Amino acid sequence: MRDFTYVIKDPVGLHARPAGLLVKKAGEFTSRITIESGGKSAEAKKLIMLMGLGIKQGAEVVCRIEGEDEDVAHDALVKFFEENL
Amino acid sequence: MDRYTGKSVMRGIAIGRVYLYQKVEIQVTDEKVSDVASEKERLTAAVERAKAQLTRLYDEALQNVGEDHAAIFDVHRMLLEDEDYLETAAGEIKNGYNAVYAVDQAGTQFAELFAAMDDEYMRGRAADIRDISQRVIRILLDLPEEEINSEEPVVLVAEDLTPSETVKLDKKKILGFVTVKGSANSHTAILARSMNLPALVNVNIDLSDALHGKTCVVDGFEGEFLIEPEEEILSEKVVRKNQWVADLEALEKLKGQDNVTKSGKRIDVFANIGNVADADMACAADAGGIGLFRSEFLYLGRTTFPSEEEQYTSYKAVLEKMEGKKVVIRTLDIGADKKVDYFGLEPEENPALGYRAIRICLDREEIFITQLRALYRAAAHGTLAIMFPMIISVDEVKRIRQIVEMVKEELAKEGYPVGEAEIGIMIETPAAAVISDKLAKEVDFFSIGTNDLTQYTLAVDRQNQKLEGICDTHHEALLRLIELTVKNAHEAGIWVGICGELGADTELTEWFLKIGVDELSVASSAVLKVRGAVRALP
Repeated sequence: MRDFTYVIKDPVGLHARPAGLLVKKAGEFTSRITIESGGKSAEAKKLIMLMGLGIKQGAEVVCRIEGEDEDVAHDALVKFFEENL
Repeated sequence: MDRYTGKSVMRGIAIGRVYLYQKVEIQVTDEKVSDVASEKERLTAAVERAKAQLTRLYDEALQNVGEDHAAIFDVHRMLLEDEDYLETAAGEIKNGYNAVYAVDQAGTQFAELFAAMDDEYMRGRAADIRDISQRVIRILLDLPEEEINSEEPVVLVAEDLTPSETVKLDKKKILGFVTVKGSANSHTAILARSMNLPALVNVNIDLSDALHGKTCVVDGFEGEFLIEPEEEILSEKVVRKNQWVADLEALEKLKGQDNVTKSGKRIDVFANIGNVADADMACAADAGGIGLFRSEFLYLGRTTFPSEEEQYTSYKAVLEKMEGKKVVIRTLDIGADKKVDYFGLEPEENPALGYRAIRICLDREEIFITQLRALYRAAAHGTLAIMFPMIISVDEVKRIRQIVEMVKEELAKEGYPVGEAEIGIMIETPAAAVISDKLAKEVDFFSIGTNDLTQYTLAVDRQNQKLEGICDTHHEALLRLIELTVKNAHEAGIWVGICGELGADTELTEWFLKIGVDELSVASSAVLKVRGAVRALP
C-alpha cells in the first residue's frame, strides 16, 4: 500500500474539471485508489463521489493506492496533483 | 400593454418579437419491458450518442464562446462516464423498468445528492445531472434537439434555460433573454453578459402560448419587460436604445487609444480589482495596468488564514494575466468591521479608527510576513508594485522596509527566484497627506485613497445617509491635500496615483491633469469613460 498527503492549492478546489481529469488518470491503473478528506473518502475512479467530497482550496487530502501497479500509480498521481491542483 | 418586472442581469434594451421557448414535456412512465438485455443495449447506445453530442458541442462552443463556457460540455461528458450513475440506471433496467424511467431515476437520485450539499458550487451541479439525464432521455425518445425556428432575431422568453441550452442557442438569432426563474449568477446571466444582450431573470410572468410572436421590449436598465407597448412608450424605448448603442460604439472606439489630451498631456488609466477573475474585465476594458488589487478576498469568507502557497497562486495568476503591465497589490486592509473571526479581533467602538490594516501587520508580523513572502515570490512572474494601507508615520514605513528586506533575504537563501517590486503607500489619512514631503523620501510611489481620505478629513462617515448633504467629495480641504501630496511626490521624484472613486469623477479629470497626477485607477467599467474625458480635453 502506498499513500501521500497533499494540500490543495487551486483556488476553486477539486471542482468538476480537475476531478474529471483525476478520474481519467486513476483509470489508467489497476490499483484501487481512494481520496480522503475531512473525514470522508471516495474512490478516485468515481467522479460524482469525488466531487461529493467537497474539497476546497487549502484542504488536506490523503491519497491511498493499493494494487499491483501501486508504485507507478503513486508517482503518477503525485505529479498529477502537483500539476493540476 | 402588459408590464412585468424582474431582476436585470445585463443592461441594454431589446425591441422585437417574443419567441416562447418551451420544452416538450417528457413523459416518464414506470412501464416494464420484457427484453431486459436489449433495453440495456438501448441505454448504452443512447449514452454513447449523448457523449458524442457533447464532444461536438464542446468543439463548437470552444469556437463560438470560448473555453470557459465550453467547459460545461466537457464536464457533462465526464459525468456520463461516472460508474455510479450508469450502474444505478442499469440497475433499474435489470429490475425490468424501461430505459427512460431508469435514467430519470438515476438523474433524480444524484441531483438530490448534489442539491443537499452545503457548497454552492456543488448545489449548482445538480442542474448538470438533470441536464445530462434529459439529454439521454431525449435520445431514447428520439426527440429532436431544440432550435430557434425564426428568420429574424427574437427575444427569447423561457421558464428557465439550462447550461447546455444557453450555449447551444444561435447567438445571431437572439436580441435578449427573459426567464421566469434564474438568478444573477445563473447560466442565463453569464451568457447574456458575455454576449452583451439585455436580460431579465425572475420575471413575474405566467408563460402562455399567446405570448409567442407579440412585440415586446426588454429593458435591462429599468428591469422591465413590456408586451405590446403603446406608441409613446415604444418611442421612448427606441430613443433610449439608440442612445445606448451610440454610447457603446463611442466607448469601443476608445479601445487601443492613448490617454492623452489634445495638447499632448498624458496620464495612465488603470483598473481597480478585488479578485483574480476581475483582471479579465480590466484587460477587456483596455486598462493600462492594475492600480489597486485589493487582497482582502483572500482573507474573507473563511475560517483559517490563507497560506503562503494560496496567496502566491492568486498573485501570480493576476501578474501573468496582465502580461507585464503593472499590478499594484495592496496588503491586507482589514479591521473589526469585517467578519474574520479567525483573526481574533476584539470588537471596537470605532473600527475605522482602530486596530486594522498595517497596524495588525506590524503587530502580528507572522501574518504580514506570509503575505510579503507570497508577493515577492509572485513578483518573478510580472511587474509588481506593493502598497501599504493606513500609513500615518515615517516610522511605520521604516519598519515595513526592514521586514521587507528580511523577507527578501530569507527567500533568496531558500532558493526562490525573488522578483523586484516598487514599494509604495496609500495616502488616505490626513496625517500622511500633511507629512507627504517626508514620506515621499521613503517610498517609490503614492496612491491616494480618496474615499477614506475624504472621510477622515471631513470627519464624516461615508455610509451615513443623514450626512450625504455635507459629505462634499470636492471639498476644498480634500483638494488641497491632494494637491499637496502630488507636489511633494514630484519634488521627491516619485509618481503619484489616485485609486479612490474620485479618480473616475470626470468633473475633476481636467484638474487632475493640471496638478500633474500620474495615474488614475478606476473601476474597469469606468476606464474607457475616463479615457474619453482625457481625450476631450484641450
